[in-house]
Amino acid sequence: MASELRPADEAELAEAVAEAAARRTPLEIRGGGTRAGLGRPVQAERTLSTAGLIGITLYEPGALTLVVRAGTPLREVEETLAAEGQMLPFEPMDHRPLLRTEGEPTIGGMVACGVSGPRRIQAGACRDAMIGVRFVDGEGHVTANGGRVMKNVTGYDLVKLMAGSYGTLGVVTEVAFKLLPRPPRVASLVLQDLDDAAAAAAMADAVATPHDVTGAAHLPATGDAPARTVVRVQGMERQIGYRAERLARRLSRHGEVRRVDGEEHDRLWAAIRDCTGFADRPGAVWRLSMKPSDAAPAVEALRAALGAEALYDWAGGLVWLEVPEEGDAGAAAIRRETAARGGHATLVRASAATRASVQVFEPEPAPLRRIAEGLRARFDPAGILNPQRMGG
Amino acid sequence: MEMPTPNRRVIEARDELFARLAEVMGEAGVISAPEETLAYECDALTAYRCRPLAVILPQTTEQVAAAVRVCAEFGAPIVPRGAGTSLAGGSLPTEDAVLIGVSRMNRVLEVDTANRHVRVQTGITNLAVTEAVAPEGFFYAPDPSSQLACAIAGNIAMNSGGAHCLKYGVTTNNLMGVKMVTADGEIVEVGGAHLDPAGYDLLGLICGSEGQLGIVTEATLRILATPEAARPVLMGFASNEAAGECVFDIIKSGVIPVAIEFMDKACIHATETHARAGYPLDVEALLIVEVEGSKDEIEEQLARIREVAERHDPMVMREAATEAEAKAIWLGRKAAFGAMGQLGDYICLDGCVPTSRLPEVLTRMGELADKYGLEVANVFHAGDGNLHPLIIHDANKPGELEKAEALGADILKLCVDVGGCLTGEHGVGVEKRELMLHQYGPDDLEAQMRVKDVFDPAWLLNPAKVFPLSISEPRRAA
Repeated sequence: MASELRPADEAELAEAVAEAAARRTPLEIRGGGTRAGLGRPVQAERTLSTAGLIGITLYEPGALTLVVRAGTPLREVEETLAAEGQMLPFEPMDHRPLLRTEGEPTIGGMVACGVSGPRRIQAGACRDAMIGVRFVDGEGHVTANGGRVMKNVTGYDLVKLMAGSYGTLGVVTEVAFKLLPRPPRVASLVLQDLDDAAAAAAMADAVATPHDVTGAAHLPATGDAPARTVVRVQGMERQIGYRAERLARRLSRHGEVRRVDGEEHDRLWAAIRDCTGFADRPGAVWRLSMKPSDAAPAVEALRAALGAEALYDWAGGLVWLEVPEEGDAGAAAIRRETAARGGHATLVRASAATRASVQVFEPEPAPLRRIAEGLRARFDPAGILNPQRMGG
Repeated sequence: MEMPTPNRRVIEARDELFARLAEVMGEAGVISAPEETLAYECDALTAYRCRPLAVILPQTTEQVAAAVRVCAEFGAPIVPRGAGTSLAGGSLPTEDAVLIGVSRMNRVLEVDTANRHVRVQTGITNLAVTEAVAPEGFFYAPDPSSQLACAIAGNIAMNSGGAHCLKYGVTTNNLMGVKMVTADGEIVEVGGAHLDPAGYDLLGLICGSEGQLGIVTEATLRILATPEAARPVLMGFASNEAAGECVFDIIKSGVIPVAIEFMDKACIHATETHARAGYPLDVEALLIVEVEGSKDEIEEQLARIREVAERHDPMVMREAATEAEAKAIWLGRKAAFGAMGQLGDYICLDGCVPTSRLPEVLTRMGELADKYGLEVANVFHAGDGNLHPLIIHDANKPGELEKAEALGADILKLCVDVGGCLTGEHGVGVEKRELMLHQYGPDDLEAQMRVKDVFDPAWLLNPAKVFPLSISEPRRAA
């Protein structure tokens, strides 16, 4: 294990990065470590931990605004928000079950990996809720962008650039989010035994209603468990009854509709969010982002070619794929589908050896690759921040 | 307004440049006669004008790309233009610039309701996007008040908002993909009908970059199902403080209205004189709060809003019971900017403040206005803290525009000082360029300029915008 640097605050962190840059010492940036297996394995001499940068620096429920340091455990943030009846809008996935990791997810890790969950289709992604960021670039400069107000077009939006850049452009030290009230009531409608194409049609129908569907997922049949297509609505007391009833009527053309509430409901959505269906399976796991109507045909082709298993979220726009971890773990076949149809595939779970030999992220066309390389060269000229994590 | 010294070499080579652009444009031609370029000398920030060297209005992305390559070869600055409705001077030309307008590229390319997106050419107006999908029961959410005229190209460049951002977000939250011509004339696609990027979030960078990173010719936009109904309630308060606190408490109570509009006394009176919407004249501040949903859903949300509002002793509370009453409530708000025009010339500001600081900012803004001896009227999106103070002045009086601008700068600095920002939805353009250092430190701006270095190493795309001229000078001169 590489030796760990654990600065106590942003200034110390900036100093540590500046020194590493001067010595050209590659750093692996680490939050809680629960998502450390995402991306290409990093060869670094030292680990730079954000564990010392903790605490909520501002929380104004009436302004729906939270500012929090990067090393703060996500759990602490979620509990603080829940106490005021609020939440992060994007329902971040917990990668621990799928990646079989331990520890506590942090704000910085979540942001660096751009982690969202089922509610992404209605409330936007992690990046959409981010309204401000502070980070330390690869030369040790502390940089601020955005702020704490939810409308801000003052200069370029580097906030979005930091989301999902896996620590390769800067070490995020503080993030400002816009929040949402936590709807007091929630319910889901379940259709059983639909095949993937029929499920896609049902989900498209559901999200085309004005009922603010906050989740639409399809879990194909496995072994003795029947296929389930699940649509979630949230809202106030009377609203939820109305929404569930109207949606049930709309969905009834696709089959028999059952309403699910309470604990069964929460378990079901935690499983969808965290992709636990593949947690105990042996294969490599891919994550595909596609146009919803393309998902079922792509999966059909990949089932035939690779013996893949699939789970669908985002009304079909997100496909989790489990394939045998052999050879390229299905990379060539999967990327034939994304290349032909649009969208992209990311290898989420595989051994370090596989992640080192297969392109984890979708290869980009040459002009975009040049831009990405240009950004990396400007923000991290010494190439010390999570080198190779995003490839290239 | 200071603008960079025009590049003489470009101007001297104009005949050759026009000939090459004419080859690209074919029959569509190159507009270079002074009486014809006059129409492009300014956008909605009319205080500043400059005719460009030439104007071209391409009809295809390929034409845009070829024209950009020609400009790059001549080292000619390029000023992209959508519909020219920028209030920040985002498409103000310089003498040596080729203005590339996308107004002739205004087609809807694809409506895909099953996947909830629409693909358009960016010269299309904002409202036309919604009109294209409305028959299918959908709408495009960002709705800047210029939506009848403003183009999607400019919406993307400025990351435009509108009255309904609190619930639906701004352009960047509803933009799924773009086709863009880069500074070296390549055509690239970023994003598309799928969600979230494969690599770095370049789409997030492009949106709001004020035409400095590329020329966006096509866009894939998220469309949403049209709400069943909407209903506004109008509330009048005895003080700005009470109205401001009411906004804060409504949001805290767990309701997200689709809009919360705030009008102060000066605005109420101007509007009432002009539009006769029946607004109460004895109140200090008005709120228009709108919620959406079915009849029952609306009732439930309004009941909670009423309950919260009662705690702030409203002097008036008027709920729209019918469509006609709803229209009457919105009538004044929609006429507000026109009404203000009756008071004299005005500068429309666009600062944003944390909603917790709204009452304090309104008070201090009034004090600043008194100091300058000018009147400020306020009508704005209160739910997200996006202020639009209007500084009333007489532009024909010598020195008055400068005085109004100085007051504007002081108000925007106040917004920044309480934790807000210079611009919530209009963009920096030339108008707020020099104020950037009040919000950002040199390292912060350096990081942003590095992004431009990557996308546009020669700094030819809309180069005199966004960054203080003294700071961008070495890069523009290089």
